[in-house]
Amino acid sequence: MSYLKNVKKGMRFKDMFNYLIIVVMLVVPLLIGVFDNLPRSSSGLLAQMAYSILLAVSLNLVVGFLGELSLGHAGFMCVGAYIGCYLAKELYDVIDSKLLVLIISMLVGGLVAAVFGFIIGLPALRLKGDYLAIVTLAFGEIVRTIFKNLPTFGAALGLSTKKYGNDLYIVALVVVLISLFLIQNIIRSKHGRAITAIRDNEIAAKAMGINITYYKLFVFVFAAFFAGIAGVIYGSYVTPVVYSFFSFNYSIEILVMVVLGGMGNITGSIISAVFITYLNFTLQTQLSGDLAALRYLVYAIILIVVVIFNNAPALKSVRERFSISNLFRSKKKNNPSKQYSDTNRWDVVTTKIPMDEVLTTDVKQEDPYKPDKKEKGGK
Amino acid sequence: MLSTILDGLSLGAIYALIALGYTMVYGIAKMLNFAHGDIIMVGAYAILVTLNANGHPFLAVIAAVLVCMILGIIIEKVAYKPLRGASPLAVLITAIGVSYLLQSVAQLIFGSKSQAVTITTAKMVKIASAEFNLNTILTLVVGAIIMIVLTLFIKFTRTGRAMQAVSEDRGAAQLMGVNVNKIIMITFAIGSALAACAGVFYLMQIPSVSPTLGSMPGIKAFAAAVIGGIGSIPGAMLGGVLLGVVEKLALNVPVLAPYANAIVFALLIIILLVRPIGLLGKKRREKV
Repeated sequence: MSYLKNVKKGMRFKDMFNYLIIVVMLVVPLLIGVFDNLPRSSSGLLAQMAYSILLAVSLNLVVGFLGELSLGHAGFMCVGAYIGCYLAKELYDVIDSKLLVLIISMLVGGLVAAVFGFIIGLPALRLKGDYLAIVTLAFGEIVRTIFKNLPTFGAALGLSTKKYGNDLYIVALVVVLISLFLIQNIIRSKHGRAITAIRDNEIAAKAMGINITYYKLFVFVFAAFFAGIAGVIYGSYVTPVVYSFFSFNYSIEILVMVVLGGMGNITGSIISAVFITYLNFTLQTQLSGDLAALRYLVYAIILIVVVIFNNAPALKSVRERFSISNLFRSKKKNNPSKQYSDTNRWDVVTTKIPMDEVLTTDVKQEDPYKPDKKEKGGK
Repeated sequence: MLSTILDGLSLGAIYALIALGYTMVYGIAKMLNFAHGDIIMVGAYAILVTLNANGHPFLAVIAAVLVCMILGIIIEKVAYKPLRGASPLAVLITAIGVSYLLQSVAQLIFGSKSQAVTITTAKMVKIASAEFNLNTILTLVVGAIIMIVLTLFIKFTRTGRAMQAVSEDRGAAQLMGVNVNKIIMITFAIGSALAACAGVFYLMQIPSVSPTLGSMPGIKAFAAAVIGGIGSIPGAMLGGVLLGVVEKLALNVPVLAPYANAIVFALLIIILLVRPIGLLGKKRREKV
């Protein structure tokens, strides 16, 4: 009971808002379906959105909360899709209820992907940053190559799966809802705090007694599990499941969703996943042939502009002026943007040595240690 | 067997040339230039355009090198320079964005279909009762010369020493009067020129160009740079050659051939697990 009590206490507006988005996505089409038949393309779009949200949110766990760059998320999805859908194909002969088959195959697909997440989490213990990024990338390519060559899974032609049908989106969105519930509660728990502590400063986290090994593996396994489930949803929507879909480019597409939504921001991931999926869906039908590249051009520009705007040291004052959180905070006594304006005047001094370069290079900009406001003594 | 190893060495030389670009940029600007592979692609299109305008192949090579150098400098100024001092993750993601940008622009201009480019026709030469492809030998020899010249340049010229200084300690180098921005620019220019050369050799082996031409060799060369220890120039050469030979050997065994890519990447993971800093990388202690 105490667990449930904690959950209830922890429910905040931010989390509720995320559930609300999914519930709206679920209820509105259902209501439309009562009066009029929901067009097939809309239900398909909703299923696509569902697995995109799962992928983006789970990748956000790794990139945004743990702070490790993973470029192989499509690899986990690939494992889930192939294993889960293969199982589903076999199970349809044994079990009548297609819902039950889907649920079993999701669980199995997710669990197998989680095993792979454990395997890829092992090098993550020894490697950092760019090195880990290349290993996850390599992992994605290896998985893809292996499935491409296994005759059991249809080799290069792909695994022909059984489509679930028009009401896939209902199951998929319910799964998303459950997953969000799990993910958000973990993020706000003691474990979530430990994970963000590792992101902020690994050495400090270690010194505070956080088990780095355990939490890093935990995040990789957890994220891979949801990516695997997303793969099964994908496989129940698209047939055949072909290895070429899960390329490095798809991993990047998921990363774009995370970056666009804001790293470490679940609501952002959900909204950007919905937005990008919708964009893809409409652009795919309207742009044919080589014009399809326009889609990637749009991605590229969004990615570059967003990252430069959010991270460039020179734009710090601009960011502070326009940031949403400061709009609310500005009435209070401390206005950070005003404090910075004083220091800016030092830059005016002209010397032959570019002082701002000298002062900014190679100095790690780390947030000063801020004690947690909500910290309670002991348990 | 001998010809397989020779093929592997020449493929390795291509990977090494690309990997050098990755590793030099990493050593000096402390960032991963993910768009490096796509610079090869741009170079290849430059060759295509020059050849289509009835230019001499030699002129085409020079055009490719120049276009790539300028492109490298522009990318650095526009996309990476504003992010100097920002978190490595942000820079990496921008680099991925640039890579997408180059690919999609190429596709919009030239179309997604691959087009044939013939720089030289393949000739076979006979050495000691075995036949070799002349292009393979040319790649190997020119690749080796480029690498030697680069090593000498970095060791003995003023600019080269400045590069070493910047990669060692950027702040100290700046205080000693090294123009860091200029050095980073030169590094990008050299790296891109090397990528253009690699592109030329790549087209000699596989004479067709498409917008995604650079991505696979780019990723593999990146793996090669990491295997050798990223930031280390001899490491990039070693890693490239190792990867090339392993790939060609795997392609030569019928059972392993379909898994060649997987084997190459598995090699990367295994090496990193044993030596997380790569074969010739320098160990850095983490300070609080």
